[in-house]
Amino acid sequence: MEITASPKRSAVDCRALAKTYGEGDTAVQALRGIDLEINPGELVMLVGPSGCGKTTLISIIAGILDKTDGELNVFGENIAAMSAASRTAWRRDRIGFVFQSFNLMPALSATENVAIPLLIKGIPRNQALERAGQMLERVGLGSRRYARPAQLSGGQQQRVAIGRALVHEPQLVVCDEPTSSLDHETGYAVMEVLRDVAAVGDRALVVVTHDARIFEFADRIARMDDGRVTEVTNGQHRRSLQ
Amino acid sequence: MNRIALKMLMGDRLKYYGLIAGIAFATMLILQQSSILVGFAKQTGAFIRDTTQADLWVMDPQVRFSQDLVPLRDTTVQLARGVAGVDWAVPLYQGFLRGKMPDGTSFTMILVGLDDATLLGGPPIVVDGKLADLRRDKAVFIQADKPEKKLMMKRGAGRPLSLGDRFTINDHDAVVAGTYRARDSFFWEPVMYTTYARALSFAPAMRSMLPFVLVKVKPGHDMQEVKRALAEKTGLAVRTNDDFIALTADYILNTTGILLNFGLAVALGILIGSLVAGQTFYNFTLDNLRHYGALKAMGVSDRQLMVMVMLQAGTVALLGYCVGAGFGSAMGWIVASKGLAFSMPWQVPAFAFAAILSVCALAAWLSLRRVFSLEPAVVFKA
Repeated sequence: MEITASPKRSAVDCRALAKTYGEGDTAVQALRGIDLEINPGELVMLVGPSGCGKTTLISIIAGILDKTDGELNVFGENIAAMSAASRTAWRRDRIGFVFQSFNLMPALSATENVAIPLLIKGIPRNQALERAGQMLERVGLGSRRYARPAQLSGGQQQRVAIGRALVHEPQLVVCDEPTSSLDHETGYAVMEVLRDVAAVGDRALVVVTHDARIFEFADRIARMDDGRVTEVTNGQHRRSLQ
Repeated sequence: MNRIALKMLMGDRLKYYGLIAGIAFATMLILQQSSILVGFAKQTGAFIRDTTQADLWVMDPQVRFSQDLVPLRDTTVQLARGVAGVDWAVPLYQGFLRGKMPDGTSFTMILVGLDDATLLGGPPIVVDGKLADLRRDKAVFIQADKPEKKLMMKRGAGRPLSLGDRFTINDHDAVVAGTYRARDSFFWEPVMYTTYARALSFAPAMRSMLPFVLVKVKPGHDMQEVKRALAEKTGLAVRTNDDFIALTADYILNTTGILLNFGLAVALGILIGSLVAGQTFYNFTLDNLRHYGALKAMGVSDRQLMVMVMLQAGTVALLGYCVGAGFGSAMGWIVASKGLAFSMPWQVPAFAFAAILSVCALAAWLSLRRVFSLEPAVVFKA
């Protein structure tokens, strides 16, 4: 199923994207020809049953997994053609990650965790911490900047993770089940932060989720099954904007 | 990123202290066993080191260590004196003899006989009396260090042999005319000094009784040339002090199994250190794989990750080494103060540091293999 996009350059453009794990008799086809286009400024949710290929798709889009076949361009760049080092640098500069289990460093404070992408880019520590502090203010955790992850609630940890995903101003943010570890109220609040802070300007967001309660935040929802996109619908957010 | 690496390392205090303790233990084991081995090796050459005035020792080629006594012809001394470049050459008697203390306690001693005219080859430090007192009737010098251990009268008075005491050597009367201080020796028997002629009178009569000739090289002459000329002239083995010390240490350490035993202990220290430090560090890396995966996903290069892991390994190696070296030295100081063999020249800590660094580098390399082979996509697994 192909989705027609606006005339301007796509944030993500997948054509017949396929991924097979293993070889021969043990080969498993995780993606079977995905066609999907995501526009700049869009929040797209990938939904579907476990094992349908959602996580594989965002891993390939984010440049941390190789495709087996098909074409993929992210903001006009063919990441499959990049060397490993170039792809690492590309991820560093262009992609923000939000993980299901937060993946915050337990020994670091909230500010230090948020500053990691800036430190990876080589920005001096003082500047990085200052920008990280500002980002924590934006996600509503300005008063907890020195707290360790263990001292924060699940929702607060995920907001720190969102701050970390955005602090270096990436063009694309990929989120894997960002609310699945949280109760409904907290998950809702986290999605509000994501929508208000992350989905701004031309930045695109791809959110993998099982959580139907947050579908209202999506501009579009791509349903997947057995390695294919079976349906793409407009989300409530887009409908409400229209 | 280096600061993050260190915070990762120190974040889990229990593992962090466990790592340092493991490395400290390995360091201590390596330092201790190596220092005791070096201590023993040094003690084997104590007698040669204490014979400070000579440059060369002339001996039978069959001699394997400093107390291995193979007699030479008496004419060897004259032959040596005739070699160009020889300043002086004197006989040195050495023999294992039986003695009996005033209370009847019998013991075995190493009796050293010095050239009557010059008394060259004597002990390095005289404590009581003068070396010339050896020329007095029946005079012998005994060691001042630890007489209560080596020269204790077990019956009657229950005191150590002391200055002025009369006792017998091989049933000949002797008088303690002085005491001296010397290095701790590998050999247990007390060493007593007397003159060469008196030593021969104490010892059981044999055709030849001269085991060594001590030689001093004239200033300005090449020692190796004189050594070669002496060997040619006498047909005997001629050894420098260092050669003789090395020969003695090599023979004693190998034949007694000390080298093997302590070598095994050092190897065991390295092995235990490798297992403890390596396993703990590897586990630490495994525990943090998710974080390394997240960092890889976020754009940390393999090179940066390598620097981070090596920094962590280097830090625990250095801290563990310092703690272990501190404890090892303190224990060594205690051991040495009790008179046991313990010597820590700079090479021992350097060797221990190199061993510990190698162990940690190996652990870091094994850990890095896991980090490098890690798919960053692992971060999307809950």
